[in-house]
Amino acid sequence: MKEFLEGSRTVARTVRLCRPGVIAAYPITPQTHIVEDLAQMVADGELDSQFINVESEHSAASVVLGAVAAGVRAFSATSSQGLLLMAEVIFNIAGMRLPLVIVNANRAVSAPINIWNDHQDSVTVRDAGILQFYAENNQEVADLVLLAYRVGEDPKISLPALVCMDGYILTHGHEVVDIPEQKQVDKFLPEFQPVVKLDPENPETMGYLGTPEIYMETRYALQETMLEALEVITSASQEFERIFGRALPPFYEAYKLEDAERAIVAMGSVAGTIKEVVDEMRQEGQKVGLLKLITYRPFPADALYEALENVPEIAVLEKAISMGAFGPVYTDLKASFQGKEAAPKISGFVIGLGGRDVSKDSIRRVFEELRGPQTPAKFMDVKTELVTA
Amino acid sequence: MKEIRIHARAGQGAITTAQLLGMAAFAQERYAYAFPHFGAARMGAPMNSFVRIDDKEIRLRSQVYEPDYVLVVDATLMRGFDVLSGLKPGGAVIINEREDVPNPEARDGANIYSVPANKIAQEVLGRPLGNTVLLGAFAAATGEIELEALNKAISERFAGKVAEGNIEAAKRGFDYIKENYAKD
Repeated sequence: MKEFLEGSRTVARTVRLCRPGVIAAYPITPQTHIVEDLAQMVADGELDSQFINVESEHSAASVVLGAVAAGVRAFSATSSQGLLLMAEVIFNIAGMRLPLVIVNANRAVSAPINIWNDHQDSVTVRDAGILQFYAENNQEVADLVLLAYRVGEDPKISLPALVCMDGYILTHGHEVVDIPEQKQVDKFLPEFQPVVKLDPENPETMGYLGTPEIYMETRYALQETMLEALEVITSASQEFERIFGRALPPFYEAYKLEDAERAIVAMGSVAGTIKEVVDEMRQEGQKVGLLKLITYRPFPADALYEALENVPEIAVLEKAISMGAFGPVYTDLKASFQGKEAAPKISGFVIGLGGRDVSKDSIRRVFEELRGPQTPAKFMDVKTELVTA
Repeated sequence: MKEIRIHARAGQGAITTAQLLGMAAFAQERYAYAFPHFGAARMGAPMNSFVRIDDKEIRLRSQVYEPDYVLVVDATLMRGFDVLSGLKPGGAVIINEREDVPNPEARDGANIYSVPANKIAQEVLGRPLGNTVLLGAFAAATGEIELEALNKAISERFAGKVAEGNIEAAKRGFDYIKENYAKD
C-alpha cells in the first residue's frame, strides 16, 4: 500500500515484515529512528521479536551474530562510528558464514565529528565479506532489505548483507513508498533455514581456530561465494519483480546511457539529483547519462564493463576516498577496464563529504570537468580558502 | 515542482511542519519529499526543513536553493538573515509575525503574508505553537494544498484533542489570509 513515510520508518516497517527473531542495535544518529520504531513495535506486540538492548555496537553485532548462529533471523542497524566499532565482528559474521541484514544510515566518520551524510563508513568495511547494496530512495531501501535477506540466506551464499541508505537525506526524508503485503514478503522470504546452526543435540563449533592448513581455503571459499552471489542476486531480483510487481535491477540502473558520450557512475541518493541534471542537459542537446551502482559488493565488474564500454568519458562520483589513493569505486572500475582495448577515459571525483550538499550545479560541473584531462581523485566544491598549507 | 523552505529553530516543529505539508500533498494524490537540514544539531539552533511537491516522483535530493515559498516559524531568525534569499520571483513568504521584529521589504514581486500564528495558537491550543496556523495560512495564500487535505494530514499525525485543536488552528490561519489578504 502506498504511504507517505519517513525513511527510517519505512525500514522498520519492512524489517517487521521480514519477521526477525532477534534485533539488537545501539542508537546512533542518524540511524536511531529505525531501532526506536522497531523497539516500539516489539513493545506494542506488533512484532514478535526479542529486542536486546546493548551497551555498544560491538555488542549489538555480537548479539545478532549469536542469534543467527543459533538459527534465528536477525537484524541490526547502525551508522558511522557504530559501523566501525562493529567492523571487527562483521569480519567474524562473514567468516562464520552467518546471513543477517544490517542497515547502515550512511554518515561521515570522525574526526572532526560530523553527523551528516557520506559513504566513508560503509566502504571502509568493503573487504569483510559482507554484501553491500546502496539505495537511491526509500522505496529502494525497503526493496533492498528484502533482497538482502533473500540473497544472504540462500544456502549457496550464507553471508551477511549491508543495506546502505544516506543519512538524513533518506533516513529523515519523508516520501511516498509502497510497503508490500505480509503475504508477498512471506512468499519472497520463506522461513530462515540455516545451513548450520548451534544445536545442543548436534554440537558444532563455529569460528574455531583456522590454522595455516585450512585458513586460506576458508578465504578462497568466501571469495568464490561472493562471486557466485552475483548470479543469486540476479535470480532474486527477477523473483522480486515477479512477486512485488516492480523492478529492482540486480547490480545497477542505467539511465540514458545507450548513446551517452559522458556518464557519471555514482551510488546512493545523489543518483536522483544526477538524473535531474541528465534530463536538463539532454534537453540542451548534450548526450549525458548515469550508471547508478546498487550492488557494490560483490563488485559486478563484467556487468559494468558491458554497460560502460561504449561511453567515451566516465566520471566516478564518490562520497568517500581511500586516503592517499583514490575513491574505492573508481579503483574497482578502473580495474574492470584494465587491459581492455579502447577503454573509456575514467576520472574520479570526490563530492559531498560530511553532508556538503550536492547541488545540480555541482553535478553539471562534474560533467564539464569530464571535457578536461583525466583526473584520478578530484575533490569537488572545496573551499580552498579554508585550507591552510 | 514546487519547493518550500521552512525556517525555524531546532525543537520548534519544522520537521513535523514539513511532514504535514507532504502528507497533505499525498492526500491530494501528489508526490512529496519532506526533509530536514540541521545546522549545529542542538535545541534552539537555527535549522531548515524543506518540502518538494510534484505530480511525479521526486528525484532531486539537494537542499532547496530557489524556493517558491518560504515559511518562517520563528521571526527572530530574520534578525541578520534574509529569508527572501533565493525566492523565485512572485514567490510567497509566510511569517509567524512578532511585534519586535520588522518584516522584510517585498522585492521581485514577492508576496509577504504576516500572520499572528503564535497568538492564534495560544488562543486555540493554549500554547504558542503556530505551525499549523502557518500551514492553514499557506493553504490559503498559495492554493498548493487544500484545507481538507491538511486536516486529513493533521488527524493522521495527531490524535484526539491535539488533532482537533490543530485542525481548528489551521482553519484560523486559513481564514486569517482570506480576511486580511483578499485578492482584488
